[in-house]
Amino acid sequence: MTVTTPTGDNTLLGENVATRKIGRLERFFGPENYRILTGLLKTPASIAGFVLIGFFIFISLAAPLIIPPVTPNDPFKIPRDGFRSDPRPMGSEWTRNVPDVPFWYKAVTGKDEWVHLLGTAEGQYDIFYGIIWGTRTAFKTGLVVTIATFLIGIIYGSISAYYGGWVDNIMMRIVDILLVLPSILAVLILASVLTPKIGKSLIPAMVALIAFGWMGYSRIIRGDILSVKERDYVLAARVIGVKDSRILFRHILPNAIFPTLVLASLAIGDVVLSFAALSFLGIGTEVGYADWGQVLSFARNWITSLNTYWYIIVWPGLTLVLFVMGWNLVGDALRDVLDPRMRGKT
Amino acid sequence: MTTYIIRRLLLVPVLLFGVTLLIFGMLQFLSPVERTALYVRDFPKNDKAIEGLIKRYGFDQPVYVQYWTWLVGKVDKASGEREGGILFGNFGYSRSASQPVAELIARRFPNTLDLTIWTIAPMILIGIWMGVQAAVHHNGFIDQAARVFSIIGTSFPTFVFGLLMLLIFYANLQWFSPGRLSDAYTQVVDSSAFTHYTSLLTFDALLNGRFDIFLDALRHMFLPILTLSYISWATFLRVTRGSMLETLRMEYVTTARAMGLPERDVIFKHAQPNAMLPVLTLAGFSIVGLLGGVLITETVFNYPGIGSAAARAATSLDVVAMLGFALFNGLILIVSNLVVDVLYAFVDPRVRLS
Repeated sequence: MTVTTPTGDNTLLGENVATRKIGRLERFFGPENYRILTGLLKTPASIAGFVLIGFFIFISLAAPLIIPPVTPNDPFKIPRDGFRSDPRPMGSEWTRNVPDVPFWYKAVTGKDEWVHLLGTAEGQYDIFYGIIWGTRTAFKTGLVVTIATFLIGIIYGSISAYYGGWVDNIMMRIVDILLVLPSILAVLILASVLTPKIGKSLIPAMVALIAFGWMGYSRIIRGDILSVKERDYVLAARVIGVKDSRILFRHILPNAIFPTLVLASLAIGDVVLSFAALSFLGIGTEVGYADWGQVLSFARNWITSLNTYWYIIVWPGLTLVLFVMGWNLVGDALRDVLDPRMRGKT
Repeated sequence: MTTYIIRRLLLVPVLLFGVTLLIFGMLQFLSPVERTALYVRDFPKNDKAIEGLIKRYGFDQPVYVQYWTWLVGKVDKASGEREGGILFGNFGYSRSASQPVAELIARRFPNTLDLTIWTIAPMILIGIWMGVQAAVHHNGFIDQAARVFSIIGTSFPTFVFGLLMLLIFYANLQWFSPGRLSDAYTQVVDSSAFTHYTSLLTFDALLNGRFDIFLDALRHMFLPILTLSYISWATFLRVTRGSMLETLRMEYVTTARAMGLPERDVIFKHAQPNAMLPVLTLAGFSIVGLLGGVLITETVFNYPGIGSAAARAATSLDVVAMLGFALFNGLILIVSNLVVDVLYAFVDPRVRLS
């Protein structure tokens, strides 16, 4: 399964293997993990994915330069140009709460003053602003939820796998129970229970996504640990009397964690999607918070006139699709690389 | 086989207990006053009434006593009537829909079931067909196209795709509209001349001989069906393709080819049946998922199933109703997952014999 890479003379394996050079990176990550990494960096689809992700990272970092906040204390508040309820088309005049004109604006659009580049949504919220600053919201929620679910999943799954027996049995039945409800329903319930307690913000939805999001990781890491656990070096560590926690976290986990880590890093797209779905349904942030799902939810009252107001769904929708597609492209390549049938082929 | 089924059956009570515990746990986030919706219609008005209700339904009792009361309800000594008790189908009162949750579910679930029934065929058959085509033309143009399709499919959030469908087919072309029925037909269906045999609208329409109503109902379901199928096609495609590729590499397929069977027979008679096993599991779980009410799709298309009812309850913070939906959903899922697993054991000899 694992490609062994002998470094010295090895006449048995033939010259090819014996003389294969092992770079510093490969030594650092180990041959199997190195194969995963190079596999990801060589597929055209996953490169396209990385480009998309990089583009969104750039937007989120450069948000204040692209469109400066109108209320610097609360940059995530989408500026409202008045209170008229019906959306206004792209390029219409921006009269109230106008942001400063950034350096690129005149060169790109040829205008001196801000207009609503992508139109306004219901209630005169600027769509362009919502999309640009919503990128930050997306990364913020995506990163926090992914890191938290990953940590919880790893700790839970490794404890379960390491101790095995009835501990494992009980812990995995708890996972089964948490997986019974469809995740969107469970998350929706918890978020709407928490909202009155915490108030409308990112937190209830994020807590709910974390609470019902870690089970997958714990199952995967459990499987990987169960196979690593049987290796000789673990037995050796146990024989010389190393503590359980040290064996688990210093010997087993580092050797089992990598596939889960890569999977987790690609789950950001899914998390952002679930979060957007929640705020589309009306759970989550207060009205007017720069967040893609919310910008889309402004369209819900205008279904009958989407003909005229197509821009209120097309632009935020496209943004969300491209964002998720970036992660999916990389994820798709990863699935191929991790496929056991592909192992051993470099 | 028997041990497998018994072990699988033993899991059911564990899951049931766990899910009720989970839902009961979330209920604890509510204040006792809010929890009175489990038993009575109106919010208690004054402190005295609140205290009375808290005493009456034991919200001041230890948690395990409360859990028991929640499960079996409380029998009124004088009249002998049972109040509450989720085991007896009393899921509480939905203040956002102004009716008991159980009634709401009973009224909404047939619509969800109707939608599910009509989604099954397009979702599974087209998904499998695409997967088989991709596998047969491995690495060819069709395979690459399928790959692009599946990436786009998985990247399209349900609500974005749904809104896009509404933009194209409703706002622009005016072919299909959201909702359940046209207004004129709604009156017919609500009138006494229309008999509700099954409470599934499409079937009732056929049984009543109203082909026009049947068509109108289907027309309203077209976009939800398309959306639900579209988001599942990518998964079906991927699973079918993978499984088919693996099967085509097996030696018995080579044997069949070597014996000179036509390629058509090799693929459709020899390879495909065996490649369908993982797809079968996926199909089972997809149908079960649909039955649970597809929250977002139903909401986008304003389709009156249990999913949109749950979403409505969530936005109005009607937690008692939502937990009722969750409970109902949990029951459906536990039972039907069991059915899927057992059926799978019947189909796959590897599970049956191990």
